[in-house]
Amino acid sequence: MTDLSATVLEPELAPRSTAEERWRALRTVSRGDVVFRALLTVLALFLPLLLLLIAVELVSQAMPAVHKFGLSFLTTSVWDPVRGEFGALPLIFGTLYSSLVALVIAVPLALACAVFLTEFAPKWLRTPVATMIELLAAVPSVIYGLWGIFVLIPLLRDHIWPVLRPVLGHVPIFSGVFYGPSVLAAGVILAVMIVPYIAAVSREVLLAVPSSQREAGLALGATRWETVWGVVLPYGRTGIIGAVILGLGRALGETMAVQMVIGNRHEVAASLLQPGYTIAAAIASEFSEAVSDMHLSALFLVGAVLFVITVIVNALARLLVWQVARGSAVGSTAI
Amino acid sequence: MLKQTLKSALLAAAGAGLLASAAAAQETMRLNGAGATFPQPIYQKWVLEYHNLHQNIEINYQGIGSGGGIRQFTDHTVDFGASDGPMTDAQIQAVNGNVYHMPTVLGAVVPTYNIPGVTAQLKFTGDVLAGIWLGQITKWNDSRLTELNPGVSLPDQDIVVAHRSDGSGTTYIWTDYLSKVSADWAQRVGKGTSVNWPVGLGGQGNPGVANIVKQTPGAIGYVELIYAIQNQIGYGLVRNKAGRYIQASLETTTNAAAGAVAHLDANTDFRISITDADGNDVYPISSFTWLLVPKEMTDMAKARALLEFVWWAVHDGEQYCKDLAYAPLPRRVVQLEEERLKSVTVDGQAVLPRNYRGR
Repeated sequence: MTDLSATVLEPELAPRSTAEERWRALRTVSRGDVVFRALLTVLALFLPLLLLLIAVELVSQAMPAVHKFGLSFLTTSVWDPVRGEFGALPLIFGTLYSSLVALVIAVPLALACAVFLTEFAPKWLRTPVATMIELLAAVPSVIYGLWGIFVLIPLLRDHIWPVLRPVLGHVPIFSGVFYGPSVLAAGVILAVMIVPYIAAVSREVLLAVPSSQREAGLALGATRWETVWGVVLPYGRTGIIGAVILGLGRALGETMAVQMVIGNRHEVAASLLQPGYTIAAAIASEFSEAVSDMHLSALFLVGAVLFVITVIVNALARLLVWQVARGSAVGSTAI
Repeated sequence: MLKQTLKSALLAAAGAGLLASAAAAQETMRLNGAGATFPQPIYQKWVLEYHNLHQNIEINYQGIGSGGGIRQFTDHTVDFGASDGPMTDAQIQAVNGNVYHMPTVLGAVVPTYNIPGVTAQLKFTGDVLAGIWLGQITKWNDSRLTELNPGVSLPDQDIVVAHRSDGSGTTYIWTDYLSKVSADWAQRVGKGTSVNWPVGLGGQGNPGVANIVKQTPGAIGYVELIYAIQNQIGYGLVRNKAGRYIQASLETTTNAAAGAVAHLDANTDFRISITDADGNDVYPISSFTWLLVPKEMTDMAKARALLEFVWWAVHDGEQYCKDLAYAPLPRRVVQLEEERLKSVTVDGQAVLPRNYRGR
């Protein structure tokens, strides 16, 4: 046995080449690698550099507003371009609030979709439905905005709300008169827009759950529903959280559709039926005609705030995923 | 055979070269401008027609918004700017006073509303409009509205106010008018391309506001006259200074400018508001839109081309106003502008001759 391997290896190792020569040969081969590696490094560094440049530009343009308003920019509600007073609380609040509403509506919908498609749907139905859900993501946001103006808002105002008012009218978040353009309308539109993302990623995640897990659940006497709830979803929760964060990121930055239905009002209103405003929508609305320097600077500053919010959301998501990933080793054996 | 074709090809090439050099002799002049979106359709028409008349002049106008127009003009990244609102004193200081405001056309802003069951054309006063936009008049059957409209049965319905969410010259004209007719408005809100609205829903652009009005029972908003005409949107009458209820139209808008400039001296800088103007048949919510042209330039050829274009625009160009639903300038304003154009200089030398009458 040892003999045989020796004879096979002999011709390759035997040549008169010294270690030094072989080293040189290796180095000549890697010269191309060096160039390629340098090129890739430059290209790869380009992206973080771009991010850095965006941050620097945002902050430098925002400096006049930072000096003038300081932290009160984040806590005051007056947005008065005529007097040059700017407070971004309504924008920050509106951004977070509308995204939260979107998540509350979209997450159950998207998860139900993903579970149905991976666990319960007949085979012939899976691909067409999955494709259609993904097509929702390809619809331009301005189309969603138009749909919101012409279909969703009249539907909510004239048909759905009159039915719900006797029940929900006393709840504080549904107080006040409902004219149509509102945080609720924006939240619903955003939900429709982020469902395809959350559903598509969740579906991939659930598909990746090994069937041995399901079989184990069923073998223990769990019903199909119990298996999904107790085994499949916990197994995939890291990925599902990732999917939700992806949706949230998209909801936070969505501009056009929100601007068309949210009512664009600089005001903090707890009621979902009242108009609001988001950071992205305000920048899109006001940037081109921001005549005074302070107005422009305030818009840059609020843009920087959105930037920070996005970074925080992503960091939180990363933390959450770590936390859950550490737990899931235990969690998956729980059942 | 091959030689023959080669020869003719060479000849053709030489011919083309000759033609090209002939064209080069009449050098192409490029002018860049940017600014207001409200007059963009007519500016583009002018640019096109002017290029057809003078092939060697190419003008590029970008409707990036008045704010952007003023900024680019200040940064000297364009040859001329355009704005729906005049530059402020501070902004003029930023360019060392080196700017002329040249009115080109006129616009008007009209109140449009959607009251279920009401088809009559409503009458408004400045006071009432300010009251509505301040949130003081909240019902359609408020006595201040019913008094103005005796024959109309106005319902007990909430008024939903709509305004522009984007900064806009339209908002400037609207708030400029409200500031003039209501001390309360002037003090609490003021005028600007975007303001701190006391009440209301914001819509993007004229279509955004028009949609809120159309889709929301009880809504009232303001849109450009041109937009209302082109989209056949009904709008209300507004009482002018002389106490008459006037329907906005191209004529009543031009009249407003004529009324406002009647007692202007020849040295005006044209940064005048013509809202709430004097005169009988005058629509009170009207305004100029301006081109921003440097008083002193450095490049003689470019200066000449620019001034000739502006001259042509306010003379021959005004004929395109009707088709595009802009109100043309009154004669008096054009006369004043002629003087102003002739006073533009390069190195202290007037660009246009004293007896210039157009190209």
